[in-house]
Amino acid sequence: MQDIITISGLSKTYATGFNALKNINLGIRRGEIFALLGPNGAGKTTLIGVVCGIINPSSGTVTVDGHDNVTDFRAARELIGLVPQELTTDAFESVWATVSFSRGLFGKSKNPAYIEKILKSLSLWDKRNDKIMTLSGGMKRRVLIAKALSHEPKILFLDEPTAGVDVELRKDMWQVVRDLRAAGVTIILTTHYIEEAEDMADRIGVISNGEIILVEEKKALMQKLGKKQLTLQLQEKLTALPAGIFGSAQLSLSEAGDELTYTYDTQAERTGITRLLASLTEAGIRFKDLSTKQSSLEEIFVGLVHQDKNGAVK
Amino acid sequence: MNWGAVKAIYRFEMARTGRTLMQSILAPVISTSLYFVVFGAAIGSRIPEMEGVDYGSFIVPGLIMLTLLMQSVMNASFGIYFPKFTGTIYELLSAPISFVEIVIGYVGAAATKSIILGLIILATSYLFVPVRIAHPVWMIAFLVLTAVTFSLLGFIIGIWADGFEKLQVVPLLIITPLTFLGGAFYSVNVLPPFWQVVTFFNPIVYLISGFRWSFYEVADVNVAISLGMTLAFLAACLAIIWWIFRTGYRLKN
Repeated sequence: MQDIITISGLSKTYATGFNALKNINLGIRRGEIFALLGPNGAGKTTLIGVVCGIINPSSGTVTVDGHDNVTDFRAARELIGLVPQELTTDAFESVWATVSFSRGLFGKSKNPAYIEKILKSLSLWDKRNDKIMTLSGGMKRRVLIAKALSHEPKILFLDEPTAGVDVELRKDMWQVVRDLRAAGVTIILTTHYIEEAEDMADRIGVISNGEIILVEEKKALMQKLGKKQLTLQLQEKLTALPAGIFGSAQLSLSEAGDELTYTYDTQAERTGITRLLASLTEAGIRFKDLSTKQSSLEEIFVGLVHQDKNGAVK
Repeated sequence: MNWGAVKAIYRFEMARTGRTLMQSILAPVISTSLYFVVFGAAIGSRIPEMEGVDYGSFIVPGLIMLTLLMQSVMNASFGIYFPKFTGTIYELLSAPISFVEIVIGYVGAAATKSIILGLIILATSYLFVPVRIAHPVWMIAFLVLTAVTFSLLGFIIGIWADGFEKLQVVPLLIITPLTFLGGAFYSVNVLPPFWQVVTFFNPIVYLISGFRWSFYEVADVNVAISLGMTLAFLAACLAIIWWIFRTGYRLKN
């Protein structure tokens, strides 16, 4: 599929000398939901800032639907809507005025019917004449989303859209995002709630210390997640796996020879555990304890980031 | 050019003015009226004439300039500083607009507001003293040029400022003293020779002098020099703004 955003060789070093992005290469596919995960300070917001034109990159290029975001910034930015992480809103404006202002900034002619539709879909219609400062945090978040959607963008950046937002609003928001995706809008989101990324995303990218350390289809990741491990602690150490035991392809022996690990797919019809245990008994292998373990996306994520910090993965 | 965006910014800023109508318009009108009472009636009655013009009438152009300069700087600096302060500047930076459009929108709105105020003060002064405008076209030209130039200066201050104190510092510590010393209330000719020379380093002298000439055809300096100095100041502000936007100074990391 053709990429709608292409980021190549992108680096950013702040005036303080902080190296926020290091040679980022990333393609965002047309129409997908891409979740960018990473710990605080990993460079997520900087990356979004560079793509949207708020931050000047130190080197590298970004093209948005074929338009360079520096030399052809008008065409590039017209396609993009941005919901920033911070709740940055005017205080004294009404909801209607601020959303209309955003549309005007993009040079679009007035379209009250469209703005009405957005406000209604975000449950802001009743508040349209209220001053923004009188709204709750969750409502302000919705206003920011409405502003970002006001000019009918083809690409939407959501930087931590659910931070500090209650469960109900989160559900509403994800419904809006799903509808947008169905309408063909490409969505790039960052979140700290990994289960949200799991629910929503088509692909997942992990950024740590200014580097993209993983980009993968969510399905492929979920397959990894679907795997479970059964660990058997043996009474007597083994030097090698005995021949003829059931499922030996999925079995591994620990270095010390005192643990057998069986990896299986929880989604499969039969896990083979019963047959494995029977087979072990037949072979006279006895065990004193057993445990099972499933790794979550969160664990994979934490593991990746941790490895990266220790320099194991580069 | 994205004129839709210019219009959006201009309207947004003018709406902000509309919301603060009382403090925006009432305050300058009241303070100007007080000047007329104090300088025109109380003190002015003991000063027969200045450069052949009745003293109360003589100070009208200076008073208008005083408000025009202060309001232009304050409106424009606040207009661009506030989005920086609240963070809503992200929207301007990520919209398909160039800095030219941002400047036209903000400076245009700030200049419009101060021109309206200038005209209101002019109207107010008719209530107190006789006013004669010899060259209305030039009067308007100086009014607009000065409002635009000082709105540009205000815009620069708004971008440079990283706190509310700095927003106040320039108008209070530089513009007000320079205006008072720039012949708002007197002709430079009444100063001792040494101070006359010092005065000519004050750019505001040229603005007030030119503006007063358009009213009463009396001027401290040649009107062509006044116009030239105003344009030079305008060019300097434009050059600084061009540099700010080229480098992203205090706007983009």
